[in-house]
Amino acid sequence: MTREHPEDDAPAPGPEPKPTGWAAEPADPDTAIDPWPPKPGRPSRTPAREQAAILSVIALGGALGACARYGATLIWPTDPTAFPWTTFWTNVSGCAAMGVLMVLITERFTVHPLVRPFLGTGVLGGFTTFSTATIDTQRLLDGGRLATALLYVSATLAAALAAVWAAAALTRRAVV
Amino acid sequence: MNWLMVVLGALAGAPLRYLTDRAVQVRHTTVFPWGTFGVNVTACALLGFLTGATTAATVPPALQHLVGPGLCATLSTYSTYSFETLRLAEAGAKFFAAANALVSVLAGLGAAYLAGALATALLG
Repeated sequence: MTREHPEDDAPAPGPEPKPTGWAAEPADPDTAIDPWPPKPGRPSRTPAREQAAILSVIALGGALGACARYGATLIWPTDPTAFPWTTFWTNVSGCAAMGVLMVLITERFTVHPLVRPFLGTGVLGGFTTFSTATIDTQRLLDGGRLATALLYVSATLAAALAAVWAAAALTRRAVV
Repeated sequence: MNWLMVVLGALAGAPLRYLTDRAVQVRHTTVFPWGTFGVNVTACALLGFLTGATTAATVPPALQHLVGPGLCATLSTYSTYSFETLRLAEAGAKFFAAANALVSVLAGLGAAYLAGALATALLG
């Protein structure tokens, strides 16, 4: 994305509407804890106590999310040559929950500063997994299941993006 | 025992993802989410190494659970990856959104294969 040069543009009819809600926030939700946009020069520093609290709730949330994901793989084990449904639904449901969470905490409620690190970065970040999905694909490819591998990669990506988008849109309609 | 190992791996993986993401994000000014990209590809490499090592040698189940569903799966994330992709597309950065979606998948697979081959070469 290129920076806009206002002096090159035709005179604007009025001030641009300020983005609100999650459009006003950085794409990376983990950086939203700092003031945005960051001040040029040195990176902003979060006080040590606050940083320790953030790291603790992320670790705790990550452990909860990982237990839920690991539990799901024990309840619904997947055959190594079959479509990895368990990881697929883990990732898609985690993405839907992310869409709901981000609308609720950026557009509807003002929440405690530890809610986003705990639920977003910790629980949902730990519940969903990119690496397991990649290794699932590798195993399918190694097993000669090219079509299943391609279907798995594209279906996970498409369903995950659709889940974030649809969950956010439905949450906005329901509560914002 | 396996549950404990998953919890221990996750207790390290989630904060590591956050710290790495933030360390990367303050060091560049592009809109591309290099932080999440970096942790995801790194986790794929680690998990690829573990898979290769498990094929080439005997890896204790406790270690497999610590590194696999514990550390690597928690270090990587699909929810932030897809959220960032959607946000890039919404913000008009369609090229970066598509690049993030595709390059992450390809780089993750490439990293997993390279690390798996390295594990086989070292341990096989």
